[in-house]
Amino acid sequence: MSRMSKAYIAGIYEHPTRKAVDKTIPQLHAEVAIGALKDAGLTKDDVDGYFCDGDAPGLGGMSMAEYMGLNITYTDTTETGGSSYVVHVGHAVEAIAAGKCNVALITLAGRPRAEGLTTLGARDRGGELPERGFEIPYAPVITNMYGMAAMRHMYEYGTTSEQLAWIKVAASHHAQHNEHALLRDVVTVEDVVNSPMISDPLHRLDCCVISDGGGALIVVSPEIAKSLGDRCVKVLGHGEAVKHLNGGRFDLTYTGAAKSGPIAFAEANLKPADMDYASIYDSFTITVLETIEDLGFCEKGQGGKFVSDGNLISGVGKLPFNTDGGGLCNNHPSNRGGMTKVIEAVRQLRGEAHPKVQVPDCTLALAHGTGGQISTRTGAGTVILGRNDA
Amino acid sequence: MSPQERTYQDPDINMETERYWEGSKNGQLLMKKCNACGKTHFYPRTICPVCSSSDTEWYEASGKGKIYSYSIMRRAKIPYVMAYVTLDEGVTMMTNIVESDFDDVKIGKAVEVTFRDTEGNQSLPVFRLCK
Ligand SMILES: [Zn+2]
Repeated sequence: MSRMSKAYIAGIYEHPTRKAVDKTIPQLHAEVAIGALKDAGLTKDDVDGYFCDGDAPGLGGMSMAEYMGLNITYTDTTETGGSSYVVHVGHAVEAIAAGKCNVALITLAGRPRAEGLTTLGARDRGGELPERGFEIPYAPVITNMYGMAAMRHMYEYGTTSEQLAWIKVAASHHAQHNEHALLRDVVTVEDVVNSPMISDPLHRLDCCVISDGGGALIVVSPEIAKSLGDRCVKVLGHGEAVKHLNGGRFDLTYTGAAKSGPIAFAEANLKPADMDYASIYDSFTITVLETIEDLGFCEKGQGGKFVSDGNLISGVGKLPFNTDGGGLCNNHPSNRGGMTKVIEAVRQLRGEAHPKVQVPDCTLALAHGTGGQISTRTGAGTVILGRNDA
Repeated sequence: MSPQERTYQDPDINMETERYWEGSKNGQLLMKKCNACGKTHFYPRTICPVCSSSDTEWYEASGKGKIYSYSIMRRAKIPYVMAYVTLDEGVTMMTNIVESDFDDVKIGKAVEVTFRDTEGNQSLPVFRLCK
């Protein structure tokens, strides 16, 4: 059976660098764009739509379009943190379906490691942020904000540090095969729970890496996909959501995936059990656990049990996830992991993942991005992807 | 052990929120309630985020609540407790838990408001465990 797809992902590229001391951010954007275009068999002159996040240098996408010499008639700079690129895929599909563009380029690049940024810095974006006075004086940082989500999940559902640790263990099993991964050592549950406590209950090994680099995607119309061959991957469904503190009435045990997931599955007319592979945003282990529940891979509160005993390890468990090593071990370029989530899902559907982690006959896959902070304001983007013959 | 306390950065104050910070200087935790829908919201706004009415007014909250969640930031120079406290008025606010042994801080524990001077002589509501 062949499923309908309004557009296809034709090109992917993950920058091999993890520390870019000798490159500018615009240069990184151009390098990943060239890489993805080459992968697709296209050139920059084929691009008529350009997508980037609000973190890219310049006003919207204009400076980067100029730097790269793009002539575009469509642009979208939706900013939902690390989920932006998953959202961009959905927006590119809709723009293509509406006839607004035919070849969409999506880029991400950054160099937090070269610039010496750490997880300790408060995310103060300045300006007229209405919530600022009510948060910044209390010193919220990424780790303590995710720590509060984990603490509440443990309180309500009995989730344990050991269960969270299994997520890192699975990621490390995959990262050992990725020559570009920042952390390639296989770790055990004991290694994770014995690593230094950063902000209770999250240990150092519950946190993702900080890395430089980036990635790019090319989304094309069905007509162009046909001319490019069977490495093109179908986009079958897309959902997105923004979750926030809701005037002071909120629940930290779920994420925006509780809304974006069902929307994406409904559009694809598929369900979680149909997925052969899943890329799940992994800024922290707790991010994965809550997202897996929210997407419906298991019931709310059962995530701890679900991720245990290697259930996320390719070739071992029921839900192979983040086979590149994910943000936890491989790469979290510019502190934004949604891009690499889509890239590894496409590799799986093409059969181009590392042979040790390739899911046999991988036909249907999901990629999910989580942006901002799950304990304050968070963006969610889910895409359901299918192999060319799916 | 009663932990050493860090210094507090000044809050950003604007014309929508200056009353809240004045209240804090006077030892009051002020909330905004909407007269159209009856709901308290946090952080305080001129326009109610529940029903969009601009008929909102300030009132003094009880200053009592329970810990909704927390995380002890151990990697900071002076470790501190980040928390969300659900006030008796029904809204949950970001805060720090002070004057308390880290090991005593638990979800569900009763807390009460107290105030701390900030670097620029503003005042910030924080919470401590009820005796
Ligand atoms: Zn109202």
